[in-house]
Amino acid sequence: MVVRKPPITTREYWAPGHAACAGCGCATALKLATKAFSEAMEEKYGDPNAFAIAQATGCMEVVSAVFPYTAWKVPWVHVAFENAAAAASGIEAAWKKKGLKGKILAIGGDGGTADIGLQALSGMLERRHNVVYLMYDNEAYMNTGIQRSSSTPYGAWTTTSPPGKYSIGEDKPKKWVALIAAAHQIPYVATASIGNPFDFVRKMKKAAKVDGPAFVQVHCTCPTGWKSPLEKGVEIARLAIETGVWPLFEIENGDFHNIKIQSPGGGAKVKREGGKVVAIEFKKPIEEYLKLQGRFKHLFKQPEAIDQLREQIKAMWKVLGVEVTLPKPEE
Amino acid sequence: MPIRTVMKANEAAAWAAKLAKPKVIAAFPITPSTLVPEKISEFVANGELDAEFIKVESEHSAISACVGASAAGVRTFTATASQGLALMHEVLFIAAGMRLPIVMAIGNRSLSAPINIWNDWQDSISERDTGWLQFYAENNQEALDLILIAYKVAEDERVLLPAMVGFDAFILTHTVEPVEIPDQELVDEFLGEYEPKHAYVDPKRPITQGTLAFPAHYMEARYTVWEANENARKVIDEAFAEFEKKFGRKYQKIEEYRTDDAEIIFVTMGSLAGTVKEYVDHLREKGIKVGAAKLTVYRPFPIEEVRALAKKAKVLALLEKNVTFSVGGALFQDFSRALINEKEKPIIIDYILGLGGRDVTFQNLDEALAIAQKALNGEEFEEVNWIGLRKEIL
Repeated sequence: MVVRKPPITTREYWAPGHAACAGCGCATALKLATKAFSEAMEEKYGDPNAFAIAQATGCMEVVSAVFPYTAWKVPWVHVAFENAAAAASGIEAAWKKKGLKGKILAIGGDGGTADIGLQALSGMLERRHNVVYLMYDNEAYMNTGIQRSSSTPYGAWTTTSPPGKYSIGEDKPKKWVALIAAAHQIPYVATASIGNPFDFVRKMKKAAKVDGPAFVQVHCTCPTGWKSPLEKGVEIARLAIETGVWPLFEIENGDFHNIKIQSPGGGAKVKREGGKVVAIEFKKPIEEYLKLQGRFKHLFKQPEAIDQLREQIKAMWKVLGVEVTLPKPEE
Repeated sequence: MPIRTVMKANEAAAWAAKLAKPKVIAAFPITPSTLVPEKISEFVANGELDAEFIKVESEHSAISACVGASAAGVRTFTATASQGLALMHEVLFIAAGMRLPIVMAIGNRSLSAPINIWNDWQDSISERDTGWLQFYAENNQEALDLILIAYKVAEDERVLLPAMVGFDAFILTHTVEPVEIPDQELVDEFLGEYEPKHAYVDPKRPITQGTLAFPAHYMEARYTVWEANENARKVIDEAFAEFEKKFGRKYQKIEEYRTDDAEIIFVTMGSLAGTVKEYVDHLREKGIKVGAAKLTVYRPFPIEEVRALAKKAKVLALLEKNVTFSVGGALFQDFSRALINEKEKPIIIDYILGLGGRDVTFQNLDEALAIAQKALNGEEFEEVNWIGLRKEIL
């Protein structure tokens, strides 16, 4: 009998029984992230448990630590909404003085990271704490019941960006915190997605192993907030990659001239020059991604809004140094 | 051997921190406290203090980093004032609720608006419901001593609460006074190593800190903070006694001055106590029966001691540099709580004065005395009096 090594450790740090919604993509992300961290710590320090978590208030916090229960098999501290990065700074400093080896993982949602926690995040990155900050990006304040954040994409319905006679839904482009993090010239920044778990795990491991701060922004489906089918979480996340909505990239030491772009798949044609991705011709229209989600349903009555979203996606790719073509669906 | 020298209260606070040997310090500059982190930076830079000093980007992150470090089981320290303390507000509740014995120095300063950098107690008084212990220093020596005592009490297993030590902006923070720096060995003996049994971030024994509590558990969690505050009453007395034994300086929750046979007792806190004692001497020379009392401990509120004090006087005149709008000063509320059901109780008169750095003069105190004397003579009086107002610009 051939026993194949599992693709990732079977050790669990995020126990079943937590109270996340069915089909929660963020729960998947945390499960993978902690496993990746464990592998990285084992490889770096010979101790798979050499890490601890500081977590912001948010969905993943409230579902995982309801007294007297906990889903965490790793040291875990929650303080408040906007200060996971600051609390992680303190834990990291304490570990230094105690001579403990390992790394601190700070976790926040998009609200806790892109909005209310942005200052504390910037401070932590700038001070070069040995902390990985994981932003689980489900693109709205889901814990309070689906309100827009600065990470909500253009056109999306949320309870505070409802479409109406004078509203297209969310009317601002998505803010990419990964780019802000990279501007701190920290060792490692990446975007990832639960739609490509192998890439996500690789990036989390890399983030965990670098000396100094790292930032990973992982795209997570939220069936509750996105009004999407429970069983299609990974499929939707993958479509975000394949249609160009969610770029997968890595930026090391703030080197915006050498951004590493991961191939999106989905039949997209990637053009490289000198090893660098310079253009991508996507084959799947973003409509394939949008149509599976109730939050974008209203856009199909206003195709110009979808074209506007396409322009914003192109502009984002341009920041990454990549010219993209985004197809329209065939008539 | 202790060193006798001269320094500002901010330096005294930094020295106290150095003597207590915190492992993690996180602080952000703010007038009038900035010298505290400056001095600590020097200590760390010179290798005189073996600590991680996190130069945070806000007071909110300062206290959050202290919470993180304290949750990880190390002694921590921070310093702030005024707006900085207000910015920390939500995390102060969390520090107490998580039972983390963080110690913080406060250069007591007014709150905006209008912006004003000078002394009153509105900043820390406004945090009186957070669960933190509160001490107020009359002079620079007390600032140093009370920080050491605050660690002793905060880290006691019967307490495990954070503590703040207030000293008046500029009047103390920037004024040089003689200070005795205690012997490091004695301080080490007094404080001991901090090895908490309840707070650690250790992969070998993972625990979850900072949980969500449903209505089935929340009240009990808050009650334990109440209980810890109650326990602190005794622990503070023990710490004062031990401190006196080791270092020779006596502290009491309420320190009285010429209160025997006093008809009117002026009650205050902080550096104003010095002025008031002078004033009492001045009145006593004229044969007026007055005394003074100073609250060194404000939280837990020394209820029994207030009751004992109240038995000595016909009028308690509360001089306070803070205001709760539409009610009066915080001390007025607290004294009322302590005395409301006492069979025999003195008249309590509240005076709001010295806000935003306004000097408190003997003329102001004469004004206060006149009201107290009216009350003593059975005449009508105002319960809450703003003293030293410039009525001509109102």
